[in-house]
Amino acid sequence: MTEYKPIKKVVSGNYAAAYGALHARVQVVAAYPITPQTSIIEKIAEFIANGETDIQYVPVESEHSAMAACIGASATGARVFTATAAQGLALMHEMLHWASGSRLPIVMVNANRALAPPWSVWDEQTDSLSQRDTGWMQFYAENNQEVYDGVLMAFKIAEDKRVSLPAMIVESAFILSHTYDIVEMIPQELVDEFLPPRDPLYTLTDFDNPISVGALATPNDYYEFRYKEAMAMERAKKVIKEVGREFGERFGRDYSQMIETYRTEDAEIVFMGMGSLMGTVKEAVDVLRKEGYKVGAVKVRWFRPFPKEELYQLAKEVPAIAVVDRNFSFGQEGILFNESKGVLFNTDARPLMKDYIVGLGGRDFTVNDVRTIARDMKKTLEKGKVKEEVVWYHLKR
Amino acid sequence: MIEIRFHGRGGQGAVTAANILASAAFKQGKYVQAFPFFGVERRGAPVTAFTRIDEKPIRIKTQIYEPDIVVVLDPSLLETVDVTAGLKDGGIVIVNTEKSREEVLEKLKKKPAKLALVDATSIALEVLGLPITNTAILGAVAKATGIVDLKYVLEAIKETFSGALGEKNAKAAEEAFDKTVIHEL
Repeated sequence: MTEYKPIKKVVSGNYAAAYGALHARVQVVAAYPITPQTSIIEKIAEFIANGETDIQYVPVESEHSAMAACIGASATGARVFTATAAQGLALMHEMLHWASGSRLPIVMVNANRALAPPWSVWDEQTDSLSQRDTGWMQFYAENNQEVYDGVLMAFKIAEDKRVSLPAMIVESAFILSHTYDIVEMIPQELVDEFLPPRDPLYTLTDFDNPISVGALATPNDYYEFRYKEAMAMERAKKVIKEVGREFGERFGRDYSQMIETYRTEDAEIVFMGMGSLMGTVKEAVDVLRKEGYKVGAVKVRWFRPFPKEELYQLAKEVPAIAVVDRNFSFGQEGILFNESKGVLFNTDARPLMKDYIVGLGGRDFTVNDVRTIARDMKKTLEKGKVKEEVVWYHLKR
Repeated sequence: MIEIRFHGRGGQGAVTAANILASAAFKQGKYVQAFPFFGVERRGAPVTAFTRIDEKPIRIKTQIYEPDIVVVLDPSLLETVDVTAGLKDGGIVIVNTEKSREEVLEKLKKKPAKLALVDATSIALEVLGLPITNTAILGAVAKATGIVDLKYVLEAIKETFSGALGEKNAKAAEEAFDKTVIHEL
C-alpha cells in the first residue's frame, strides 16, 4: 500500500463533489443544470475541457432525460455520475425507480433545496426524503469532506455485487454547495487502490451473454424481484460498514458506523439530525456541556438503508431524544422523527422523543436555537412525558 | 475564531474576496470557511459574504451575526446598510472610500475600535482599469487586521486569477496595503 499523503484544498461542496467524481474515474456524466448544483457539472465540464479526464459528458434537455441517459450508460457497464436538486430531483422521480429496479450502481449528488412553490433555492431536506421509497441509498454529508469521501465510498458500496443499487450523496444548498472549506483529497493512485474499475455482473454490451433490461415481469415473477431488491438494501448495511472501515484504515476518516455519536456517553438529551446542521449542533453541545447540560448529538449518516439497530442501541441508553428535522411530511411529522420512532416500536427502548421542525427553506439554524431546544427538552424530561410531539420551532407568532 | 463580514454590491466580487481571504489564511496554516449570503443576486444589489478563520476545524454552519471585522467594498453602502450591525466590541471596520475618517464615522451606527480607510476604487481603476475592488481591499485587510500576511494574500490572488490578470490583481492588493490609513479610535 502506498503511503497516504493527502492533498489539501479549499473548495466548495460542489467542487468537492466534482473532484470526488473525477477521482472515482467516472466514465459517463449526464446532467442538467439547476441551482445550487450547477457548479458540480460545470467543474466536471472544466476537467474535460482541460484534458484531465475523458469522461463522456452527455448534455440533456431535462433531469428526467439525464437519469435516463445515466441508466443506459450504467447498463453498458460504465461508472456513471450525475447531480441535481429539488425540482430536478422531483422530475427524475420516475427514472430513479428505473435505476434501482434495474440494479444499476449510479451515484448522484443531490444538493438539498426546498421545493417550490413558493420558489426557493435554499436548504431543505424534503426533496431527497421524498425519494425515500425509490430504492436509492442515501448518505447525508455534514461538510465538504464528507461530500468528497461520500462520492468515493458510494461507488464502492453501490458497485459491490452484494448490493448493486444506486446511491445518492446529499449536501445542503449553499451551506455546503457554495461554502469553501478545507478538503483533504486523496492522491489518484490511492483512490485507484481503494476503488478499482467497475466489474459489473451483467452488461448490455456483453454480446455472448445477452440480457434484457426493463422487461415485463408477470405477477408470477415481480414479487421476487422486489424481495431481492429489499435483501440487497439490507446487505448494503454490512457493505457500508465494511467500506467505511476500509476507508478509515486507508485514509484516517472512519465511516464504519451508519450513525455518528458525539458526547452521548452520559447524555440525558440527545439531538438527532442529518446533514450540515449537525456541525452547528455539535458546536452547541460543547456550549451546553459548559453550561451544565448533559447533552450529546447523533448524526444519521445513512438514511437508506436506515440504521435501525444503531438507533435502538442508542435509544436504550438515552432518556430523551430531540430530533431536528429540516424537512416535513404533510399530514404527519418530520421524516427522521417518524422513521426513528417507528424502528423503536417493537423494542423495549422508550425514550421521550420530540420533533423540532427547523430551517425549512434555508432559515438559519444557530447554536442559540439548539440551546433553546435543549431548555425545552429539559422541561419535557422533568415532566416525564411529551405533550406536544411536533414543534414548529421558528414560527413567527 | 475570527469572523469577517464583507459588504459589497453584486458584481464587485465580495464573494470572491471572502474566498481568497480564506485561501490565504489556509496557506498560513489556519482552518477556514468562506461562504456567501444568497439573496436574489443581481448586479448592483447589496451582497454579503463571510469568512471564518480559526486554529481548529470549523464545524459551525450558520451565518455570521457578530463579526470581529467588517469590510465594506462599496462606499455607497454606508448610506443604506447598517454595516456595523452586531460588530463585536473591539471590532475593526475597513472601508473602501475617498472620504475622511470623520465623514465615515458619521455614517457608522457603532464606533469600531479601529477604522481602516483606503481608496480601493481609484487603485483598481488605475491598476486593473475596472472598478472591481475585491482584490485591492484584501491588501487593506492584511494591513489593518494582521490576521493574514500580505504574501499569502498575494499568493491566493495569483492562484484565483491566472497569468497577467493575477499579477495585476496582486499589484492592486499590494498598493492598497501601502495606502491604507489606520485610525485607532
